[in-house]
Order: sequence, then C-alpha cells, then structure tokens
Amino acid sequence: MDFFIELFTNPVGFYNQHELLIAQIGINAILAIAIFVTFYSGQLTLANAGFMAIGAYTTVIMSLYLPTPLPVNMLVGALLAGLVSVIVGLPVLRLRGVFLAIATIGFVEALRLGVILNVPITGEGQGLHNPTADPLGGIVPILISLPILAYLVWRLTKTRLGQAWSAIREDELAASSNGINVPLYKMIAFIVSAVLAGYAGALETHINFFVDPTEYGITRTIQILTFAVVGGTTNVFGPIVGAVFLTALPEIVRQFAAYRDVVNGVILILVIIFRPQGIVGRGGLAIIRPRWWIRWRARERPAAAH
Amino acid sequence: MTQQVLNAIFIGSIYALFAVGYTLVFGVLDVLNLAHSAVFMLGAVITYSLVVLHGLPFLPAAIIAVLVCGLLGLLIEFVALRPLRRRNAPPISALISTIGLALIFVAIVEQATPGTLFSWLWQDGANSVRFPSGTVPNPTYHLGGLTIEGTKLGILIISVVLMLVLGYVIRFTQVGRALRAVAENRRAATLLGINVDRIFASTLFLSSALGGLAGILFGLAISDISPYIGRDQVELKGLAVIVLGGMGSIPGAVLGGYLLGLIEVLAFVRFGSNVEAGVAFAALFLVLVLRPQGLFGARLRERL
Repeated sequence: MDFFIELFTNPVGFYNQHELLIAQIGINAILAIAIFVTFYSGQLTLANAGFMAIGAYTTVIMSLYLPTPLPVNMLVGALLAGLVSVIVGLPVLRLRGVFLAIATIGFVEALRLGVILNVPITGEGQGLHNPTADPLGGIVPILISLPILAYLVWRLTKTRLGQAWSAIREDELAASSNGINVPLYKMIAFIVSAVLAGYAGALETHINFFVDPTEYGITRTIQILTFAVVGGTTNVFGPIVGAVFLTALPEIVRQFAAYRDVVNGVILILVIIFRPQGIVGRGGLAIIRPRWWIRWRARERPAAAH
Repeated sequence: MTQQVLNAIFIGSIYALFAVGYTLVFGVLDVLNLAHSAVFMLGAVITYSLVVLHGLPFLPAAIIAVLVCGLLGLLIEFVALRPLRRRNAPPISALISTIGLALIFVAIVEQATPGTLFSWLWQDGANSVRFPSGTVPNPTYHLGGLTIEGTKLGILIISVVLMLVLGYVIRFTQVGRALRAVAENRRAATLLGINVDRIFASTLFLSSALGGLAGILFGLAISDISPYIGRDQVELKGLAVIVLGGMGSIPGAVLGGYLLGLIEVLAFVRFGSNVEAGVAFAALFLVLVLRPQGLFGARLRERL
C-alpha cells in the first residue's frame, strides 16, 4: 500500500526512489509492444529475446570499438536485429502455430549458446562491460521512446497494413484468397517486431553496466510472452498494461517478491482460462464482470431503445 | 571413441525417456506440455527429498516419486488443459497455461530453504545437490578397455525395457488401441464409446510418470539435482528430440533421443563443450525448416 500512497502523495520522491523499476517497466513495455506486433498478425513467435540480444550486443560492441555516438549505435543495433529477422524469417515464417513457436525458441537458444558464447568479441560467457552505461540518464530515452512507439504501432494497426494483419490473424486462407500477400505481411510484422525488440535491448544496455548472455534466454522469452498474454492483444495498450502490471507487481506486494514466479504463473493460468482476451481485451478494462451486472445491462438495453 | 559412443547411448536413453512422455501428450492431445520439464525436475527433487530428508531407501523413494509425478500429470490435465478444452481454446492457449504451471513448480522448489513453507520438499534453494554416495550400489565393469558404470548400465536397461513395454501397451492392449483412436480422431473415438477425457487423463499420468522417472535417472547419473535441471537440461533438448523424430511419434522420439545424444557427443569430441550446448538447437532449427515432419518422415508419424 505504501507504494501507492507514495506514488500519489510524493511523485518526485517516488520517481527518485524507483528509477530503476520505472526504467525496467519502460523497457518491458517496449518488449511487450514488440511481441504484440507478431501476435496481432496471428503468429506466436518467441524470438524476441534473441533480437534483444542482437540489439544489446551491437550497441555495446560499437561503443567499445567505434567512435560513433551512442544514439547511432543503438539505431544500428535495432536495424541489425531487423536484418537478422529477415534471414531468420524467410525459412521460419512458413511454419505455423506450435511449430513456429518451437523454431523461434530454437533460434534464440542457438544464437545464445551457439554464437554469443563462442565468438570472442561478445566476451563469451563472461559478458561485456558497458562503457557508456548511465543508469540515471538512460531513463530519459526510455520514457520518451515508449509513448512514441506505442502511438506509432497503434496508428500502424489502423492502416491497411494493420488491417491485413488482422485479416491474416482471423483467417489466413480467406485473407490470401482476398488478395493479401500473406507471407509478405507476416514478414513485415516479424521485422517490425525484431527492430522494436532490438531497440529495447539497446536501451537496456544503457541502464545496465553489464551485458550478460544469460539474460537473453528462454526465461526472458517467456516473460515477454506473459506480458502479452496477461495484458491481452486486442490492441497495443494491452501488452503495455501487462508489462507495467507484472513488472511492478513484485514491488507492490513485497512480501511475495520471492514468490514472484508463483504469482506470475497463477496469474497466467487464471487469465488464459477465465479471461483469454487479457486484462485489456474486448469488453474494456473490467477484469471480472459479475453475472448480475451482465443481466442488468441486458435488461437495460431494450428499455433505452424506446 | 567407443567410450564416447557409449556415453552417447546412455545420455540418449535419458533424452528418449523424457521425450517419449513429451511426444505422447502431443500425439494424443495435440498440445505441447511445457510443464513436462518441471515434472522431470520434481521427479529428481522428490526422490532426493525422500532419501535425504526423510530417510527412505532409494527404491521405495523412487517409486513414490514416480507415482507423485503421475499425479502431477493429472494436476496438469485438470488445471491447465481440461478447462481450455471445455472452451475449445486454440492449442496455443494450452502451451501458455502449461508454461504457467512450470513457472509455479520451479519457483516453489527454488524458494524452498529451511524454515520456509516447502522445506519438507527441498531445502537447498537454487543450489545443485547430488545423492549421497552409496545411495545406489555402483560397481564398475571393465570390458576390453571400456569402463562401464553399473548405474549407467542400469539406466540404459531400465529405459529400454520401459520403452519396449510402452510400445507393447500402445500397440497391443485395449487401452493402447483407445489411445491411438483418440489420437487419430477425437470425435470418431467419442462416437465409438471411448471415454476421451479418461484417455487424456491417463495419457497425462503416464507421460508425467515417465518424465519423473527420467528426472530420477538423470539426477542419479549426472549427479546434478537443482530446480533448474528441467528447464536448462532437457526442456528444449526434449523439444529438439521430438522435432527430430517427428512430433507425436513415439518411435521417432526414441530414435531422436539416441540421435541427439550421438550428435552432442560427436560435437563435444570434435569442437568442445561450447559448441555442444548449441548443437541441439541448431539441429532443431534446421529440421523444422527443412523437414518439419521429422527426420524419419511421415511413415513413423502416424504410428503412435
């Protein structure tokens, strides 16, 4: 409870005290937007942790060896993630459902265990020290990027591109027989998602002093998936709400902080069983709509029509 | 080299035993049970706990643990799978709800230290432990320059026998026929009077019992028992195995298990331990992209 009291009575003090938490929330929200884009086009891809790693490592390696300014490094990191996503996406996006999920997990682990741990420039298992790390200044670009990216993706879902994604999600066959180039639009979703994840990875190196290969494995992947599922993927705000909620939760209920994965697991199961559209799904923010409320609404409507 | 091949066969049989349960659920229910690796871990953890914390001899402890793992399979079915089936949710939902259960299982063990809620189950938190030496007699045999440890030989025999028994049950018994019928066509099976829900529950029980047993054997042979053995050692490798063999195919999973063991050992001999870790995922990725029906093709696929 203290958490909320402080949030509303002393926002400046709250911000100073929880800076790292806020930064982490921002990064997780961008990651959630990244997985949302592929979800929105009807694909369960779990490759985001890998693209994050590409963004993060590229940024730090460039900062270490090249004189280029940091924003350029971060941008290159994000774009390189996009480039890799084309190479990975070409063969992988032919797969559907569970097979797509497995193949993308395979990509993440092959990248981490096969490449990152074996190429000397990545520091192998030791990780890399980040020379440009600035935990306090790093929050600014995160807090600026998040609303801009959220807005852009939200606009994107309203364009013809977004409509094509919806159509593919609802019925791939029908979409393709209506002249939608399904492989192309799937690929675009995959690339957008990868660039966003790569950018989030680059941002994260800015608040951490260290890039650690264990950060970019299956655990991270599942965490990102959880944001999207719990928040809901009807629109872009669902995953953001999911990310904010699940990242802040261990801080809000400190006594359960050790059991955060138990809490996460329970929430995940409850949501998928009782509210598959997520917290922010069709039907607005209501988490539980009691039966009497629905009945009351149903009785009210014909009366209003008179 | 022969010694290495021997190691491959031995680690391969643990992979195979784990993957058979994995693939069984996929074949019959059409869902990927990602809590399987957590059950694998709990098999080892429960046995360890019964032996070390509660002073039971190894054999009864292992039997109890296998049964408890079977019951956990029922828990998976009733909590994570059945409610979704009732709602006709897409198979992806089941994948996510089993991830939720896996998170819970791992976190419970990981947080258990002396004095906490689950200290009766586990007291070592995130640490790795091993069975005290002498829990199981381990004679070493020498055979023309080869060294064969008794436990590893035992593990090989146990897994091969179990897989043969499973194959027999599925091919030649009434339950097995019902199982294959449900896998083939759920609706037709219902019309023929098969209790589909009961078949699903027994599939989960069987699969999880096998997974738990694989965990016990792993803990015994590799001497590594921790909350993370499922997630880090077999979860994704198990996926690689069932993809290699063709998802849903039991003979495929067995062959895939031994094949992965062999690939890993060869990669280790040739390129060292760093490459060994990544090779399973490279194989997984390649097979899915080039030959999604599995290496052994569709012929094995239909034969559950």
